Amino acid sequence: MKKLLTAAAGIALASVLSMSAVAADKLKVGFIYIGPPGDHGWTYQHDQGRQAIDAHLGAQVETVFVENVPEGPDAERTITRLARQGAGLIFTTSFGYMDPTLKVAAKFPDVKFEHATGYKRADNVSTYSSRFYEGRYVIGQIAAKTSKSGVAGYIGSFPIPEVVRGINSFLLGAQSVNPDFKVKVIWANSWFDPGREADAAKVLISQGADIITQHTDSTAAVQVAQEQGVHAFGQASDMEAFAPNALLTSIIDNWADYYVARTQAVLDGTWVSTDTFGGMDDNMVNMGPFVNMPADVKAMAEATTAAITAGELHPFAGPVYKQDGSLAAAEGEVVDLGTLLGMDWYVQGVDDKL
Amino acid sequence: MSAYEAIILTIITASTPLLLAAIGELVVERSGVLNLGIEGMMVMGAVCGFAAAHVSGSAWLGVIAAVMGGVAMSLLFALLTQTLITNQVATGLAITLLGLGLSGLIGSDFVGLPGVKLSNVSIPWLTELPYVGRLVFGQDPLVYVSIVLTAGVAYGLKYTRWGLIIRAVGQSHSSAHALGYRVIAVRYACIAFGGATSGLAGAYLSLVYTPQWIENMTAGRGWIALALGVFSTWLPGRLAAGAYLFGGVWILGLYAQAMGLGIPSQLLSSLPYVATILALVVISTNRRLSVINTPASLGQGFVPDR
Repeated sequence: MKKLLTAAAGIALASVLSMSAVAADKLKVGFIYIGPPGDHGWTYQHDQGRQAIDAHLGAQVETVFVENVPEGPDAERTITRLARQGAGLIFTTSFGYMDPTLKVAAKFPDVKFEHATGYKRADNVSTYSSRFYEGRYVIGQIAAKTSKSGVAGYIGSFPIPEVVRGINSFLLGAQSVNPDFKVKVIWANSWFDPGREADAAKVLISQGADIITQHTDSTAAVQVAQEQGVHAFGQASDMEAFAPNALLTSIIDNWADYYVARTQAVLDGTWVSTDTFGGMDDNMVNMGPFVNMPADVKAMAEATTAAITAGELHPFAGPVYKQDGSLAAAEGEVVDLGTLLGMDWYVQGVDDKL
Repeated sequence: MSAYEAIILTIITASTPLLLAAIGELVVERSGVLNLGIEGMMVMGAVCGFAAAHVSGSAWLGVIAAVMGGVAMSLLFALLTQTLITNQVATGLAITLLGLGLSGLIGSDFVGLPGVKLSNVSIPWLTELPYVGRLVFGQDPLVYVSIVLTAGVAYGLKYTRWGLIIRAVGQSHSSAHALGYRVIAVRYACIAFGGATSGLAGAYLSLVYTPQWIENMTAGRGWIALALGVFSTWLPGRLAAGAYLFGGVWILGLYAQAMGLGIPSQLLSSLPYVATILALVVISTNRRLSVINTPASLGQGFVPDR
């Protein structure tokens, strides 16, 4: 029922948004957002990327966006609409838009599509994502240095490889500082439910966690951390305003450079279908300011960030042990990309089972 | 704060918005009206409450604005279904859609702004009592409001003349009309009461639970409240028990996860629903009582024959 309703709400919103006529010589770039640009998380960062296109290529390009588009059939309708209205390049910015994007792309071979975090491509469909786990390694180290109880609480959305990879990377980072560090996991089974995220944070804190980190989209958990006097990390976007005393740093998704480059490629006629998995080295994953921590912790975090950026440090460098004690990567090896992308096991020290 | 206090406090916070929204809907349905717009009224309450509290700096003004927001939406519903005799199910759904969209529009300037939290009650001596002080005398004011409302509705429906009229209107609007009661007016009042408590539930979300405005922050709680009303066979005591059971199982599920017991999180997430349905089915096995309590005119529009 709820799905039906949000879907219907999406149609209503989409039809309210009227699109202005575009001058024929300008390239029109469309964006489909899963949430509102003001979520201060995932969609906010995509919208920053859109604004970067306006700032850099405003003379040759016009951008439009449709917000709150539910994943599923409505997405297909909305993407089709953008294509019909003459968009030459369309960014679909959530995993669930994958099949709708491909369907529409097949109908509009001259329009270029860019789908975030997916794995299906076509001649006119590229995919792009970020190695968010690199940032999680850094915050894991900070957590281990800052925590007094040696336990962090991790609020996950769904047990999918992307999230599991983040948990593992966080813990590997923490264990590089304190080998006995533990992480407790609560799955909210939702990307976005502020109430649940807040409940989960309270429960984790009462279970002894004095560091809260999350892979969900709202700022509720950070606020709880602020209220209860423990530390927290921001997700996707800089959440410092919501927890000025609690926040240590945020992992920030930076789509701006990629969006500008891809738009430029369409303008130049050099656009080809690719798969991008960017990280700190190509500036797609940034760390927010390191605050509320002693100078030595900050120095360590900066050094780790620099090492990952330079390619000297890989979060999943061996030896990596799975939860059951088996070896996932031996000394001198690195967990390979395929395993990372399909990660369905925890490393040792996670206080949860998959 | 001891562990058990932390658990109970979290459970109360999780249950109160459900109870607030459901107790109003219970009265609405007892008067024979099915309002599926709880989610919409709730989310409007949340945004109005947040906006007023943010602008004025007073959480209490926020609460008042939330109630007014909820009532405004409910009066729109009443106008459509009672005066214009539209289909109640369709209108309720429309109110939910309107509420979700409109709240997003009103709230677009308030996303990401710091909220004002309604502070907890603090009574000298009593709140500091060991073990029970925080739990009994240190909650936020809306928790007490929800309990008083539940008790008031339970008493009012059963023992007062007004309660009898509401139930009569819900059982058989034609008979109530023939007896000289103003069916439409009674239903307007009940719908407005439902709007007010849904607004309060919204205020609870944006002023107490997570003091901020986020689009769609009700996240389906209105639907849970609706279901609680039906499964409690429209009895306020059972409704309160159902709401607390739901909140309790939900929070204990989170604890089970945090303790790493290895129970699949998907199962734990579904447990509150399963437990609430089971419990209410069991206590509803008295079929005679269920039949008596079900408002016979539920969902039917009333056109007086002049």
